[in-house]
Amino acid sequence: MSYLTEGRRKGIRSWILSTDHKRIGVLYLVSMVSLFFIAVLIGVLMRIEQLTIETPMFEPQTYNAFFTVHGVIMIFMFVLPGLPAVFGNFFLPIMIGAKDVSFPRLNLLSWYFFIAGTGLVVASLFTGAGPPDTGWTFYAPFSLTSGTNVSLGVFGAFVLGFSSILTGLNFITTIHRLRAPGMKWHRMPLFAWSLYGTAWIQVLATPIIGITLLLVIAERLFGIGVFDPAKGGDPLLYQHLFWIYSHPAVYIMILPAMGAITEIIPTFARKTIFGYKAIAYSSLAIAFLGSLVWGHHMFTSGMSEKANLVFSLLTFIVAVPSAIKVFNWTATLYKGSIEVRPPMLYALTFVFLFAIGGLTGLMQGALAVNVQLHDTYFIVGHFHYVMFGGTGMGFFAALLYWFPKMFGKTYNEKIAVFAWVPIFIGFNMLYFAMLVLGYMGMPRRYFTHLPQYRTGHIIASIGGFILAVGLVMFFANLVVALKRGRKAEQNPWGGVTLEWKIPTPPPLENFSIIPRIDDRPYRFNPEGS
Amino acid sequence: MGHETHVHIVPYRVFVRVWLLLLVLTGILVATSTLWHEALSVWAMLIVTPLKAGLVLFYFMHLNYEKPYLRALVFLTLGVLTLFIGILFFDILDR
Repeated sequence: MSYLTEGRRKGIRSWILSTDHKRIGVLYLVSMVSLFFIAVLIGVLMRIEQLTIETPMFEPQTYNAFFTVHGVIMIFMFVLPGLPAVFGNFFLPIMIGAKDVSFPRLNLLSWYFFIAGTGLVVASLFTGAGPPDTGWTFYAPFSLTSGTNVSLGVFGAFVLGFSSILTGLNFITTIHRLRAPGMKWHRMPLFAWSLYGTAWIQVLATPIIGITLLLVIAERLFGIGVFDPAKGGDPLLYQHLFWIYSHPAVYIMILPAMGAITEIIPTFARKTIFGYKAIAYSSLAIAFLGSLVWGHHMFTSGMSEKANLVFSLLTFIVAVPSAIKVFNWTATLYKGSIEVRPPMLYALTFVFLFAIGGLTGLMQGALAVNVQLHDTYFIVGHFHYVMFGGTGMGFFAALLYWFPKMFGKTYNEKIAVFAWVPIFIGFNMLYFAMLVLGYMGMPRRYFTHLPQYRTGHIIASIGGFILAVGLVMFFANLVVALKRGRKAEQNPWGGVTLEWKIPTPPPLENFSIIPRIDDRPYRFNPEGS
Repeated sequence: MGHETHVHIVPYRVFVRVWLLLLVLTGILVATSTLWHEALSVWAMLIVTPLKAGLVLFYFMHLNYEKPYLRALVFLTLGVLTLFIGILFFDILDR
């Protein structure tokens, strides 16, 4: 018996009314991957537009809607809920030896908020005066005056925020209250540590964007004049409030991915993690310091010089805990018995691509360079390296790692590796070309480009198409595995955390007897053999 | 059921005393805003209002009887909010 077959209800109701954390995790997985492919399709359409600038395929206004919707879906509905909502929900209780999260009903409610927010955003595309055209940042004063359906889209993002806050609250309580007997803080798996850091950002920062978005709506409907300079408002205040949330949100996206990578690397290096405490506390340090660097999105906005200096300094400091993680992963690999199976391949790809994303981020932390690169394709390239190369690749690695445990089926490992080739090549063609284009001066969010950027755009577009093919291969492999995959073993990778010690797929309440934890995690050869 | 039965019965007189203290503090706030210079009323607000909020949190909301780490979490939250607002002033004071 497993969570897939047990339960009081049958059919669709057994899913949408289930308070089991594993089923809710799967609900998120299905909803998010569907949305991901819609956003990928929009991304492909944008690359087609850049190939056909002589006879544009889409109107400029349509292109504006494309990048807005692509951004809103990818950020708010895929990478932000991303790993916490899917793998956090599914594995956090199991990894700490609990039967469920602290508030299972609240957990299901969070998913309903997610779906309601998504529904509102989708409705904003087809109702009123057309899809929002502000970019995913909804910057004032344009978002206050745009004739498109900004209010509904913004309200959708507001509702999505509730989902995030409640999930964070649930995870904090679960980690504090439901750890198995003997599981002290320093015996907790590092994925749980990363979720803990993430949950605090979700709880503390998300309300700020919630209020800010409501103020945008109030300003549009009632003209209250908080952000509108024509009424004595301060548009820079909008940018501050937006980024006070949205920069830490980047760490909501990346921290759990780092946590998943920290699980995968020791398993496939057959070696305990190097620097357990350093990794655990660097998650908290990233969560804290990452909350103080929002102003680096505003260096060219007219903010005071002193603020520019302070934020630039803080930005360089936040690189330290991120680098600690990368060094610890590398040190874990050193003299390990490394086996490059699909999850490990994608995990190593994460490290490589995230390093490029991180280092290009540091470049922009320098004030003079930032002025040159602001609002160019360099920024677009950089954050795709972090969010897609980082969070996206972390999500894929985590999916490949935990898929057999979640569904009790094995996928075709050869195809997973085969799909990696177009993903890796296409990714770098697309986003490295963007870095170069941006350095040359190509501004972001333009539906067309000047002739000197032509070659770069062709390379990027071809890369985008190759990447899309790789993504289809990747997910098709998993869908086929669901239907026709062989039965998975209990512990196919030789992992040592708790999820590998229970049956595959896990039973309804995970453990018949709550385990007692007497040792730290990641002990691959406790006898010292 | 093995749930905790860890309940604090706070005597009514404590609540009454705290309530009276809150009234006094409110009186001080009103007095400073009307009697003296307006700058003083801002400082009075900055000092007295957190005191009042603290009394409500500690007695009416029972934070005083919670474990130290829960108290710490509440102040961590308030501290982060203060820090956010504080950093904003690097921009606002010098723009």
